[in-house]
Amino acid sequence: MSEQAGVTIEDVRRVAELANLELTAEEEPRMQRDLNAILGHIAQLNELDTAGVPAMAQVGEMLGGDVDKVGGTLRPDLVRPSLDRAAVMASAPETDGWFFKVPKVIER
Amino acid sequence: MVNVKAMELDSLTIDGARTALSSGEVTATTLAELHYERIAARDGKINSFLALSHERALAQASKIDGMAARGEDLPVLAGVPVGIKDVLVMRGAPATAGSLILKGYRPPYDATAVAKLEAAGAVLLGKLNCDEFAMGSSNENSAYGPVLNPRALDRVPGGSSGGSAAAVAADFAVATLGTDTGGSIRQPAAFCGVVGVLPTYGRVSRYGLIAFASSLDRVGPLTKTVKDAATVLQVLAGHDVLDATSSERPVDDYVGALSKPVEGLRVGVPEEYFGEGLDPEIRAAIDGVLAGLKTAGCVVKPVSLPHTKYAIPTYYVIATAEASSNLSRFDGVRFGLRSEEAKTLSEMFRKTRDAGFGAEVKRRILLGTYSLSAGYYDAYYRKAQQVRTLLTRDFLAAFAEVDVLVAPVTPTPAFKLGAKTDDPVQMYLEDIYSVAASLAGICGVSVPCGETKEGLPIGVQVMGRHFDEATMFRVAKAVEAGFEAHG
Repeated sequence: MSEQAGVTIEDVRRVAELANLELTAEEEPRMQRDLNAILGHIAQLNELDTAGVPAMAQVGEMLGGDVDKVGGTLRPDLVRPSLDRAAVMASAPETDGWFFKVPKVIER
Repeated sequence: MVNVKAMELDSLTIDGARTALSSGEVTATTLAELHYERIAARDGKINSFLALSHERALAQASKIDGMAARGEDLPVLAGVPVGIKDVLVMRGAPATAGSLILKGYRPPYDATAVAKLEAAGAVLLGKLNCDEFAMGSSNENSAYGPVLNPRALDRVPGGSSGGSAAAVAADFAVATLGTDTGGSIRQPAAFCGVVGVLPTYGRVSRYGLIAFASSLDRVGPLTKTVKDAATVLQVLAGHDVLDATSSERPVDDYVGALSKPVEGLRVGVPEEYFGEGLDPEIRAAIDGVLAGLKTAGCVVKPVSLPHTKYAIPTYYVIATAEASSNLSRFDGVRFGLRSEEAKTLSEMFRKTRDAGFGAEVKRRILLGTYSLSAGYYDAYYRKAQQVRTLLTRDFLAAFAEVDVLVAPVTPTPAFKLGAKTDDPVQMYLEDIYSVAASLAGICGVSVPCGETKEGLPIGVQVMGRHFDEATMFRVAKAVEAGFEAHG
């Protein structure tokens, strides 16, 4: 599988678009090469028969199903002060002091 | 003030700082200033600190000095100068995560781990360099330049917590915080000759940690001694309502565990960690560690973790998938960089992210997006999650037979700058002995145990059961004692 060039330049462009990345003409072939090398290495996983093996998303699932052992508990839903608006807006690239400002949203 | 300039920062520990403070030999203010002087004199070359927080540090030091002057009981980390990896936020201090995309961002709050250190009396010196968004094994992926290894300036310090390890090794701080997603505390600790702890997943709050891979990210200490590591973890550990994955289990007495003998403990040696590719000098050093543990009365026996070779491919699917999701928040809207060229919102997202992210971060976002995208999800992401189950079962089975596992941290000692930057797979293979513990959620610590003929540090990894840091520290202490006696 590592010998087959699985990821094409078109795939790289499609995935970049999904990820909101704009790659330069120099970056595209490099990323294609690297993704193919890494996916070639990842293809080793196909050696394993995982039929019937549960998927693990969090460590807690593996500790006897007792979520309390590793958190997974939610805090009470109480009203608490949020971060100070002025402090948050001080880091914003563009703001009217109340909202975050962005360029035009509707593009047509 | 007696003999302040003679105060040795070299190998200054938490106990040492405490003794010096309570005897009046030095004030917390002087201790902070001495560390800042040392950083000013020597960090220009090493590049471990990205920002210094003088004002906050000196205010805290002055508070501690006031307590000492009034004869009050001093908290456990009183006056101890610490550094914080720049993926953890500190109120009002720059937080870059080693990335251009966060340049100029000053978060309005503290990470829980940072707040806990300060509440325990620690003096926060500043923010430490790291690989961009903690993605890297050499610290060469920082947008603010690489960190050099203080033990050999032509070598990398490891990554991603390279600044955290280098700052401790260079005596710029008594302790630092790092983060470990696939080895990012243990590997730089091994490369720089310091102690580095990966706590069990859920043991230390991740609140205020700029997320890379949320099911893997952990916060832990880097220190000069095992006792200091236990002391700092004692402060950090515990439940936090602000992190839903943090555990409510009571925290064991880590420092108390250090004085218990290791006699009778069962030490497993996973055969898969000693195969082809392991540097012979590292193997010899670990053989020495195992011989020492036998002498101390441990039962040393081989164990098998049969899925070990699949840990790296599993990790690079899961970690990048989570990263592609976590890093979608960096879009130029609320903080950090915003591309000025964009005329529309979607153009702003793309241009900001292209200008703000480095090559390795883009590579991982693309890989993660690819493996989560339609048609590939089952083949990659779900498959990797299933193999993660098998890797975790390997550890649970081994820990039914033994109390700890002892293995190398890295296949080689610190490598030269630039040696692996052109080949991502080679760089990823650096993590071969560290990622399985990350995926399984168990605890681990890297302890210095020797040097190569060239004088490069060698680390050994002691891995423990979920939430059994106490036993892990006991064995780590015995390893350290053996190294001090014979090393």
